Formats: sequence, C-alpha cells, structure tokens
Amino acid sequence: MKALTIKNLSKTYSNGTVALKGIDLSVEAGDFYALLGPNGAGKTTAIGIVSSLVNKSGGEVEVFGHSIDTALEAAKTCIGVVPQEVNLNLWETVGNTVRNQAGYYGLSGKLAKQRIEKYLRALRLWDRRDHIARSLSGGMKRRLMIARALVHEPKLLILDEPTAGVDIEIRRSMWEFLREINDAGTTIILTTHYLEEAESLCRHIAIIDEGTIIEDARMSDVLRKLQREVFVLRLDRVLDRAPQLSGFDARLRSDGELEVEKGPDYDLNDLFTELNALDIRVVSLRNKANRLEELFMRLVENKQPGAAA
Amino acid sequence: MNIGLNVVAAKTIVRKEMVRVLRIWVQTVVPPAITMTLYFIIFGNLIGRRIGTMDGFDYMQYIAPGLIMMSVITNSYGNVVSSFFGAKFGRHVEEMLVAPMSYATIIIGHVAGGVLRGLLVGSLVTIIALFFTRLEVAHPFVVVSVVLLSSVVFSLAGFINAVFARKFDDISIVPTFVLTPLTYLGGVFYSISLLPEFWQNVSKANPILYMVNAFRYGILGTSDIRIGHAYAILIIFVVVLFSACMSLMRRGIGIRE
Repeated sequence: MKALTIKNLSKTYSNGTVALKGIDLSVEAGDFYALLGPNGAGKTTAIGIVSSLVNKSGGEVEVFGHSIDTALEAAKTCIGVVPQEVNLNLWETVGNTVRNQAGYYGLSGKLAKQRIEKYLRALRLWDRRDHIARSLSGGMKRRLMIARALVHEPKLLILDEPTAGVDIEIRRSMWEFLREINDAGTTIILTTHYLEEAESLCRHIAIIDEGTIIEDARMSDVLRKLQREVFVLRLDRVLDRAPQLSGFDARLRSDGELEVEKGPDYDLNDLFTELNALDIRVVSLRNKANRLEELFMRLVENKQPGAAA
Repeated sequence: MNIGLNVVAAKTIVRKEMVRVLRIWVQTVVPPAITMTLYFIIFGNLIGRRIGTMDGFDYMQYIAPGLIMMSVITNSYGNVVSSFFGAKFGRHVEEMLVAPMSYATIIIGHVAGGVLRGLLVGSLVTIIALFFTRLEVAHPFVVVSVVLLSSVVFSLAGFINAVFARKFDDISIVPTFVLTPLTYLGGVFYSISLLPEFWQNVSKANPILYMVNAFRYGILGTSDIRIGHAYAILIIFVVVLFSACMSLMRRGIGIRE
C-alpha cells in the first residue's frame, strides 16, 4: 500500500516562480521517509500541496489511495501536518489548541479527552495544558504542534523541519518519540536541515533541488554510493608531519589531530595496522563529516551547470 | 460529506469563538456597552427631550431599536473580521484548512460565532436601554428573525473582508468608511419621512435602513419601509454573501498560495 503517491506534480506561483517541475514520489505505508533539499528547493511547497495549503499547478497526489482532487476529505483525514513555522494561536491554551484540532477532525467527548491527554503526556506538555501557547519555549511550541498533528491519529505524519531551533536533549527525545510512532505503524515524511537526523531516523530518502527530485532511494543504498569517508584521529602525541600511509590520504590538522581519508578498497583495520607499524597510537576516532551531508553536497553541487558529473 | 464530523467541527469553531469573545471581554463586550450608554444619555435623554416624539414615540423609545440593531451589526461584523483575519495573520487558519471539514463548516462556524457575539452585545444594550425607556415587543417573530438574519448578513460580510484583508488596516477600512456611515444614515436616529423625497429614495438604497426599520417594527410596530422588502433584502444578502464566501474559500483567495 502506498501512503503517498505524487505524479508529475508542478507548481508555479503567481509571481512566476517555478517551485516544482513535475516531481514524482512514492512513499510506502509504514516508511520513515526523508525529503531533503536546500532552502527554496520546493520541499515546503510539495508538503503544502499534499496538505491542501497550496494549490497545485498540475499533477496528481494520492494519500492512501485517496486523490486530493476527488476525495479531499478522505485524504485529509489520513494526514497530520507539523509545519516548518510556528502556526499556533499564541493566545490559546495548550489544552484548547489540541482540543480544537480534535474537534476539526470530528473527535469529541471522551475520545477527544483521552487523545488530548495521551499526546500531551507523550510530548511532556500535560503539566502545561492550562498555559497559553505564547508562554511556551520554542521547543515546547514544536512539541505542541506535533501533539496537535497527532490527535486524530493520522496514518501519514508530515513533519517540516520539526526540530529546528530545538536543543539537543529535546531533539533526541523527539527522535525517540517519532521512532515509536513509526514502529506503531504511522508513515512519517520528514524534511530537515539536520542531515544527521535524516540519516538516523529515515529508511528512505529523496533529495529535491530547484523543483526537481535528484535522488530517490533507500537510505542504505544512498549511503553505499559514498566512495570515501574521512576520519579524524586523536593521537597519543603530536606529530611533526603527516605519516605516509598506503591507500589512505592523511594530513595534520592545525589542532594536532590527524585527518585520514579512506577509499573503498581499504578498511579501518588496514589503517590501524599501518599506524601500529609506525608506532602511532590512536586515542580516539570520529567521523569527520556527516556522510549524508557529504552526499547531499555532492549531489546538489553536481547539478550546477558545468559541474563534473 | 461526513455530517457528524462537520457538526462537531462547527461546534468546535463556535466554542473557540466564544472562548475568544469572553477571554477578551474588555475589548468585545465593554466598549459597545459604554458607547451605547453614552448614546442613550446624550441623544436619547439630553437631546431627545428637546426633540419630542417621532412617529408617535418619545425619542428615546424611537432610537432604542436602532441602537440595539447597530450594536448587533457592528459586533457581528467585527467579530468575524477580526477573528478570521487574526487566524490568517497568525497562520493558525491552517489548523482548519488541513482538517477534513468542509469550507461551508468553516464559514458557518465563524458566522455562528459572529451571531452569538452580536446577540450577546445586543442583549446587553437592550438591558441598558431598559434603564432609560420602556420597550414592549410588538412582533416577537419579526424581532428574532430580523436580528438573526441581520447578524448573519454582517458576519458573512466580515468573513469576506477578512479573506481579502492583508494587514490590520484592511479590517478597519470597511467598518470606518462603509459600515458606520451606512448605519448612521440607516434611520437609527431619525425617520426618513423627515427627509426630502430625493434623499428618501437615496436612503432606500441603504440595506441597513431595512434592517433597522424591520427591527423597529418588531419592537415598536412602526417602520419607514415595508417589512416584506426587508425580509427579501435580508434573504438575498444571505444567499449572495454565503455563495461569495464559498467561492472565495474554494478558490483559496487570501488563504492558499
């Protein structure tokens, strides 16, 4: 079953800006799907069209088999949306915000009360239910928007930059929460600027740039395409110059750490064997760049006119 | 259409609107009460004593229905225009737009909120009026139906204003430059029989004249216009404005890119 099917979706705004140039996307039910792209790539426009906040110029969108052209009500019932920008009524209480959204989806009485408590507790906002949204911190507002989007228990949850401006601890707890609801069967589409977030959470990835999908594959397949990785090694002593390593490019960083680039034909055991032979001991090791970020930059840069393929 | 879902959604919008009205009661309820009290004191009591009677009623009695209707009209309009534009401005209108309720439900919910605020303030002004004069209801059905239809008409008009408004200034232009002059020229303070024939005919192009006079007929039993005309105009306005609201929502004017 497809949670979302997008065919030849295009959008040209009234000022002439072409935001989407006929994109195709297909998201399986139960998937955790990342939609990445630089600012202005068309991510929010695509999400806006799926969630009925933006009129499309052409193409088709189906949510769990319901076309937004012919069965909009059914399609909307399947979707929960957490937008990029805070769109809360800041003078409404936390409880009423979620209660109103439950009502807009036809939930009332005991069921609505149960759901409100369930999601406010899950997102650690229950104690704040009588506070107005304006009094919440940025992270709490984001969590409130997630609780609001979940109150009707949608089959497809779309999150547009849900952890922007959220501190690390809350971001991690939100990741954990999103994993739980995905494990429980909710399909999740996530746009994010934290590529580490997409790599950690998502099983499928699409990269959009200038209104065109430039990559659409399983996360594992995408990451496999990366031919090289860079590691940063902290050594037991500061070297005068970078050692010559067969199969690895090494250079000394200004902070005394050693940066080593590994090709596809060698593994880390080879690296440690060579370092041991040179009596260089490694105290700790870390991956220099987020692998997905590296791929993302390559794909986007390779799209530029004149760039090497 | 899922009727049950839409009924719950409409009730939710009405509840939300009433919570808003009562939360900011100092802005929504108190100012019209003070303004109308001043009207009764200055126009009704101080000036009215010198004017004498109009259409056989003392002046205070004559203007009371018009002032009540004026408060209903301005508050119905003001509630919807400020609430819906506020939702657009704060982008929480998106809460409603992503939900599976129909556009008609969004409109009806806001209009019901406007009607309830109009009735709340109208009732308050009626109570204030009773401190200054005696009011007996001559035609209860006319009173109830005209006040409801009038508040629906102006709630719908407020909704359209909110849809087109892009900044806060845009929601005060119509009340200031259209609604207030039409209300003052709509026979709230005088009978159009006092005007020369030409201006009487001009006045008959003002829809508020029909609402004020129909309401006055319901309370006092006197009117400058035929009640049938008033009902016809009210019903035509309800149909035309509701259709316009639906068309705007379907096309996404002012609310969707």
